[in-house]
Amino acid sequence: MIWKIFLFILLAFVSIAGIAFPIVEKPSAWYEFPFIPGLEENAKIIFFHVPTAWLTVIAFLMSTVFSFRYLKTKNLDEDAKAYSAAQLGMIFCILATVTGAVWAKFAWGQFWSWDPRQTSIFAILLIYGALFALRSSIESEDKRATLSAVYSMIAFVTVPFFIFIMPRIMKGLHPGSADDSNAGPVVDFQMNSSMQLIFFLSLIGFTILYFWMWKVGYKSIIIRDKINKQLISPNSSGQGG
Amino acid sequence: MIAKPYALFKKDFSSELRTRYAINSLAMFIIVAISVILFSIGNETINENLTGGLFWVVIFFTAMSGLARAFVSEEERGTTLTLQLIASPSTVFSGKLIFNLILVFCMNLVIAILYSALFERFVVQNFALFLLTFILGNIGLAVASTIIAAIIAKAGAKGTLYPVLSFPILLPLILTCVQLTLFSFDGTSFEEAQFEVAIVVGYDVIMLTASYMLFDFIWKD
Repeated sequence: MIWKIFLFILLAFVSIAGIAFPIVEKPSAWYEFPFIPGLEENAKIIFFHVPTAWLTVIAFLMSTVFSFRYLKTKNLDEDAKAYSAAQLGMIFCILATVTGAVWAKFAWGQFWSWDPRQTSIFAILLIYGALFALRSSIESEDKRATLSAVYSMIAFVTVPFFIFIMPRIMKGLHPGSADDSNAGPVVDFQMNSSMQLIFFLSLIGFTILYFWMWKVGYKSIIIRDKINKQLISPNSSGQGG
Repeated sequence: MIAKPYALFKKDFSSELRTRYAINSLAMFIIVAISVILFSIGNETINENLTGGLFWVVIFFTAMSGLARAFVSEEERGTTLTLQLIASPSTVFSGKLIFNLILVFCMNLVIAILYSALFERFVVQNFALFLLTFILGNIGLAVASTIIAAIIAKAGAKGTLYPVLSFPILLPLILTCVQLTLFSFDGTSFEEAQFEVAIVVGYDVIMLTASYMLFDFIWKD
């Protein structure tokens, strides 16, 4: 219970601080953010956009790890964990896409311009969508778990192209691209300590939130499966099945 | 080592020659797709970027229309169990992969010839680069679509799911191949294009390894 209150306070603080703290040319007070050329007032989205994008990748990684464990152990609980991670990954992926598009409207002038980053997040969205389409098409539990595990592992070996290689080698508008001269590696050089503090607090807060949601998600999936099985085959020795 | 996959390939090949299902449907699909593009552009001349992109669009959808047959036909005829008994999973995958590779090469050769005949701006300056892209792209396409075909055949949802599952997996390959095709139109040298070539080679190797490792799980159930 205590850490839920802690999480609430943390996220409330991050939201208020991220939105309300002013951006000034020469920060002197602890609550003032520096002016980053090329990002300006839009820089505040970093407190909400980067954590969602980070969790998209984390969820995808966890989904693959639990898929791998399912293939090794054939334990359906592992599949429930992978599925729950993928569900959350889809939510965070949509959030990252939307916050990114809103930021792009003000920074670049239009919501969508097929920047390498946008292409990569779109591809991840497609992979999640394909995974759910595959899952919904299969009736048998074991088969569904096996095939979706295999698919998510195949997807995982191609995704590094999108998240890690393509946005960094191709010329793009997103901060951190190959030809980015002014906004550069934002986290390392251009943030002052107060901005970094709130950025990392936000990252920590969202990550805790994710793990909490993931735990609730996979437990509910396991319980639902158990109840379904009881409904189909009751414990009596009659003709269940 | 190669004899068993070759025997499996010969089985597929002779049954294909008997029905000619894949060849006929692929050939008709290519003609339909290209004529739709030609109708929609009318008398206008489309630029190089669009020609290169449309080339890979036709290749992608033609592959999606025909390559699922490799495993779906086994499920339809009920011969999966027999195959599971007489051959190891890697043999089955190799046999199907050889068949799909040859199918992809024939089909893309036809598409390339038709494109160079029908589209004005399909002029390749650096032919060696184009050939390399073509070969590497075909290998990647065949490997990825074979493993996805195996998933589709087991999933029971035959047609509609195949492009949905394949597209995200093939996207890095197609994007890079479009870029390389445009390079070969511009006459870019190998040195400038080596990074993209490295990506395609890496994709092929990773995909081939992952497919061989994961096929066991799909095939045995």
